[in-house]
Formats: sequence, C-alpha cells, structure tokens
Amino acid sequence: MTRRITIDPITRLEGHGKIEIFLDDKGNVANAYLQIPELRGFEKFSEGRRAEEMPRITPKICGVCPTAHHICSAKTLDDLFNVEVPPAGEKIRELIYSAFMFEDHTLHFYFLGGPDFVMGPDADPSVRNILGVIQKVGVETGKKVINIRKRTRDIITKLGGRVIHPVCGLPGGVSKGVSKEDREEFIKTAKDAIEFSKFSLKLFDDIVLGNKEYVDIIVGDIYKHKTYYMGLVDDNNKVNFYDGMIRVVNPEGKEFAKFKSRDYLDHIEEHVEEWSYVKFPYLKNVGWKGFTDGIDSGVYRVAPLARLNASDGMATPLAQEAYEKMYDVLGGKPAHNTLAYHWARLVEQMYSVERLLELAEDDEIMDKHIRNIPTEIPDEGIGVVEAPRGTLYHHYKTDERGIIQKVNLIVATVNNSAAIAMSVKKAAQGLIKNGKVSDGLLNMVEMAFRAYDPCLACASHSLPGQTPLKVTIHDCTGEIVRTIIRD
Amino acid sequence: MAKPKVAFYWNASCGGCEEAVIDLAEDLLKVADAVDIVLWPVALDFKKKDVENLKDNEIVASFINGAVRTEEQKEMAELLRAKSQLVFAFGSCAHEGCIPGLANFTNREGIFERVYKTTESTKNPEGIFPKVKTKVPEGELTLPEFFDTVYTLDQTVEVDYYIPGCAPPPDIIMNAFTALLEGNLPEKGSVLSPNIALCDECDRNESKPEKLEIPEFNRVHQIEIDPEKCFLAQGIICMGISTRSGCGQRCINVNMPCRGCFGPLDGVKDFGLRTMAGIASIFALENEENLSEEDLSKLMDKLVDPAGLFYMYSLPSSILRRKRMEEK
Repeated sequence: MTRRITIDPITRLEGHGKIEIFLDDKGNVANAYLQIPELRGFEKFSEGRRAEEMPRITPKICGVCPTAHHICSAKTLDDLFNVEVPPAGEKIRELIYSAFMFEDHTLHFYFLGGPDFVMGPDADPSVRNILGVIQKVGVETGKKVINIRKRTRDIITKLGGRVIHPVCGLPGGVSKGVSKEDREEFIKTAKDAIEFSKFSLKLFDDIVLGNKEYVDIIVGDIYKHKTYYMGLVDDNNKVNFYDGMIRVVNPEGKEFAKFKSRDYLDHIEEHVEEWSYVKFPYLKNVGWKGFTDGIDSGVYRVAPLARLNASDGMATPLAQEAYEKMYDVLGGKPAHNTLAYHWARLVEQMYSVERLLELAEDDEIMDKHIRNIPTEIPDEGIGVVEAPRGTLYHHYKTDERGIIQKVNLIVATVNNSAAIAMSVKKAAQGLIKNGKVSDGLLNMVEMAFRAYDPCLACASHSLPGQTPLKVTIHDCTGEIVRTIIRD
Repeated sequence: MAKPKVAFYWNASCGGCEEAVIDLAEDLLKVADAVDIVLWPVALDFKKKDVENLKDNEIVASFINGAVRTEEQKEMAELLRAKSQLVFAFGSCAHEGCIPGLANFTNREGIFERVYKTTESTKNPEGIFPKVKTKVPEGELTLPEFFDTVYTLDQTVEVDYYIPGCAPPPDIIMNAFTALLEGNLPEKGSVLSPNIALCDECDRNESKPEKLEIPEFNRVHQIEIDPEKCFLAQGIICMGISTRSGCGQRCINVNMPCRGCFGPLDGVKDFGLRTMAGIASIFALENEENLSEEDLSKLMDKLVDPAGLFYMYSLPSSILRRKRMEEK
C-alpha cells in the first residue's frame, strides 16, 4: 500500500510551505517534497521602474526582513551608478543593519526556535512557545526580550523612517544623519543589548548544553548534512553581514571559492522544478545532482551556521569567544549539525551588537557628509548582504536614464531551499519505519526546518512560537487514514 | 457575555502586516483579552474546517491583509466574508493592491518567462514551468493556480472598512480595534484614518511657498535634498498632496518624499490620476507662457515612469486596473 503524508504548516511568507511525504510499499519513506505555493514576480514587475525607487520596492518581498532588501538594494544602486558612499554613510547603513540583525535573531531565538530547547523537545506543545519560555525563565526576562527588541527596532525607525519597510537608502549613501542625542541613545541601547546577548548565551549554556539529551540531539545523525557552506567575509575572513567577499567552503571545510558579488553568476545557478514556485540554487561549478549532499552535489547552505563555517571566526571579542566554544563542543569545523543553527544564531547575535556599539561609538558616525550624488551614467549593478536567513543578491540592469530593464534576485531563504527539503526528508526517514509513523514526527520535522528559520515558518508568522502543522496520511485511494494536528 | 469572535487572515502579503500587529506589543495583549480569536494562522492552528463550521455572521470582524492572486486566497476571502458581520481590509495590499500590485503591468506568462527561464542565474534548458498538477514517480503534487491579475480585497468580496498603510502604524490599528470594541465605527465603507491630505499637516508646510511651483522634475538621487523645504518646491515628486494622513510623516521624517501608501482622500476614485492632476496644476507655472511645446515636452521627459510612480501603491484599485491583456 502506498501512503502519502501531507504536512501543511499553514504559515507563510513567500507562500505557506507544504511538505508531501510518500511512503513505499514497505511503508518507508520513498521521497519528500517541500513545496512553496506562492509567487509574486518582483523580477518582472520591477522592469520599467525608476532604479532609485528599488530600495522602496524590493522590501515588500518580506515584511520581516525588509531591512535586508532595503540595504542590499541601496548597495546595488551604488554599483549601478558607480558612486562611492562617504564613510559616515556606510557606517550609518551598517549601524542600521547591525540593529536589524540583532532584533531579527532575537525574535527567532526567543519566539520561535528557542522554545524547542528551553522547554525541551518533548515538552507539551501548549507550553513550547514564548509564553512557556516566559513562565520558565520568569516574567522579568520576558519583558527584557520585548524591551530590548523594541529599542533596537527604534534605531531603525529613527534612521530608516519606518521599521517595517525603511526608506533611507539612496545610491551613494543615506538620507538622514545621526544627531548627538541619537548617538547617545544608540550607545546605551548597544551596551544593554550586549548584556542581553551574554544572558542569551548563558541561557543556552544552562538549559541546552547542561542537558546531555539535548546535546545528543544536536550532534545526532538525524539532523546532519554534509554540504557546502556560503557566507560573506571581511579582509581577514571574519564573518561580516554588510559587506565583503563571498566565501564558499566544501563539506570538508576547505575554501572552495571566494568571489566578489559582481561575479556571482560564475558561481551560482538555479534549478527549476514543476512542483514548486521556488527555485533551487546550487554551485555552478559542482552542478545540480538532485536533492543530495556530499562533495559531488552542488547543494550549499547559507545563514548562521553556514556563515560561521565559511569564515575563520568573528571580528569582535565576545562573539569570537562564543564561536570557539561552539566548535569545541561540536568537534571542530565545519559543523554539519542543522540544529547548531540556533547556537550559531546566538554567536551572531553577540557579534551584531558588539559591532553596533563600535559603530555608535565611532565619532565619524555623526559626520554630516552622508551621501554623494551620482554623476555617472548607470548601466548594471550587483549588490549583496548577509540577511538573517542567508546571502542575498540583487542584480539590476538599466537604460541610460536609470530605468530598470532587468532584475534578478536570489533571496536568502531560497539558497537553502534544497537543503531544507533534504533535512525534512531525513527527519521523516528517521521517524517513519515500516509504515509506523511516530507521534514525534511532527515535532522532529518541525525542528528540522525551523532551525533554518525559513521564511515559510518565519518568526512573525509563528507568534507565540508554534508553527501549526497538520499531517494527513492518505492510503492509496486517497482516503484519510490518520490526521495529526499540532495546535 | 461571550467575547466577540474575531479572525485575522493573510492573503498575498509580505508579513509586514503581521509584524505591525506584533509591534502593538502590550496593547496586543489588551486586544487579545477582549476578543475571542477564532482564526489567526500566525498564532493559532489554521482550522479552516472550524471556520466552515461556524454559523454565517458568527464572526464579528475579520481583518484580512494581502492582495488576492491565487484560487486558494479567493476561496478563503469568500469563506470569511460569509461567516463575518464585518470585513476589514487591513493594509495597503488588501486596500489598494500595493507594490506587489505593480504585477498588473504584466501577467502570469510574463512573470513565469522571466522568473523561471530568462533570469541570469536560472538554468532551465527544457523550459520547465511550475504546474498546478505534477506527476512525480511517487504520486501527484499540486500547487494553487496563479492568476494573471492581482485583485484588491474589495474586488473579491464586499469590504466594510479599510485600515490603510504599508504597513499600518500602531496607532491607526489600535484606533480601529478600539472603535470596533466600543461600537464607535463610522459609516460603512470608511477608510480608518483622517480624511486630510498629508500635505496639510506636513512639518514642511511653513516653508512651502505661498504659490507652489515645480520648476522642473528632479529625482531623489539627483540632488541634495533640503530637509526643511517642501519636496515639490525642490522638483521632487511627493504624493503628500493627494495622500491621506495618519502615517505620522514617517518617510518625510528621514527626508524622503511620500509615495502614497495610505491611498486617496474620500471620494477620489483614482489616486494616480488625482496626483497627476495636482502635479500638473503647479508644474512650470511661472514660465508657462514663455515655453514652447518643445521646451515643455523636454521638461516632461524628465518625469520618467509616471505610471509606476503615481500608481506605485494603487494600480489594481485604479480605473486602469491592469495592462490590457492581448487577445489570444
């Protein structure tokens, strides 16, 4: 009897994700498909628009990480108009960006991914959410989370105009500078955010690392994939979110490629399937070999763990300390453990605010020279940033008036789309044996894709912390034989 | 007394409207306390069946964000309409179509061709496009149908109230919730923000010349923008002249012009047309008599992509609706 399992998370950003699992006649997993049932077509309808409006158009791709698209778009315009950004302009952009990475990672850890660990993977679903976390760690801590997130989001509002879809980015700089009062406030916020990040790492230490069972799950085989990893690095190969070279390491951790955003087409290609609206990027020089890992498959991963794997460390002291500790426990680099994404996210949370403080304390941040007016005729521009969910590429071509002719976008989560599908399949394989579907399936599959913080189960779509799931098991005639629902 | 039943739902959206609700922070808890939320995919399990089992009109109010562009979204909007006494179009996508509505300048074929075939990074020599039904070795997979056209919510079902903005700011959202709970809602069909042009409450009003004139058109990246001076007087198109207020001048605060996300004032059927008329009436006033047709057209040439600019947030709700589809 062939059976089919549909997992419909019913949460979405670029459409809600749908997972279809097919069982063979012995009742083992024959295949699993992750489908994204929505598309909006920004690549097409941006044609004909004014290039300078792109930083206001592209954030509408994602209301949770609009800042990533906004800043990436502004950088693409710098390249398009071949205009240099003055130091203060660059620093203001990176300051906004650092505040953004912090608040987004915080949202994910406390509202979404964290509850799996803080409450325990076996905890009753009704308490495995932010409210459960608050109960366990105390109301005061809960307030702390909400408060620090609000204060860092206020930085974006102050400089970007609005935190949902900021508007300050222009080719050659930004539209608003930093006042003395603002700066004082930013420094205070950054210092408190560093304390908060210390607290987060300690929480992870106490609750997760202090529990052998959790550690076993993290390092266990069910959540492991040996893939390539991609991330932005600075001149010293340290993790950078705002700028640098794109570095790729192979599954053994050796540098496979290092390239400028301008050359991304030499390294990345995208594969199309009939059954999903999302494309599947892969490393061009390895090739698309299907949904499989290993050194011969072009599948690569992005986002926190991938960034750390692709780098030689963190550029700030406390984050570096946390980075070293993580690889110590995981047994060296690269770490292939999907669940370690949560840990890497906290290492990055620390880096983002250490960097925020550096930028806020830099006197140059108050310089009045925040933008240069472009003078050259535009033609083609490519920009890149590290979004919370991975490497983000914008690529525009225009006519000589700066009217968009062509747009190509490789959006953060999309880079991971093949890997997420593989992780889900592996988790399913581990839990479905000879036709027996373990009740833990939902939980484990959910944990597999939640680790990536994919847009389809994205933070804002899961308040207060649960990704609602429904598994329907059909027999070969389509009759429902079993339904499992997670509220 | 039973708490009023309320539903939240999203169609084709970016998630920003959900973030906007979460940004209510402590106020959100007050709202959650006062109502019985029967559907909110962001927070609760999606129980379409439970909604189907409700009596007609059993839900007091449904807040629906996002535009409508797949069969699935249309069905959900219709279901919620049938079960709800009131439907609120939440945010610019549901209200007017918003930026994703610019897709009405093209169609499904145009989008598929670009996204899945001609994008520079795509390798698709066999020309594979996503399909509603796909046979795979193990069975059949389905995707919802993708429409040619983006529809606003009120082009799909009857809408009672509109909460404007991309995304709506917290105070506008809270005012709407409060009015609902206190039974203070205005006339049906109202847009729940002040019926005053943003221009009229703009901080730059004082510097606005008595006789406003646009000497020539400039684009935001082309000139240094004076942070005190009216954008229009600097030649930069600002849609504050025709846009409803209520946003708190959040773009203008960082020295960027308004792009019209709150939509038009009451009684205006076509936001883009009204804005263009407003701009035309103050363009090159001083010099008009001395300018030849050729001079004027040269000046006008600097106004690039007028359709994309003036209809940035409102193409689906405009009288244009979409680019004409070619007959097959």
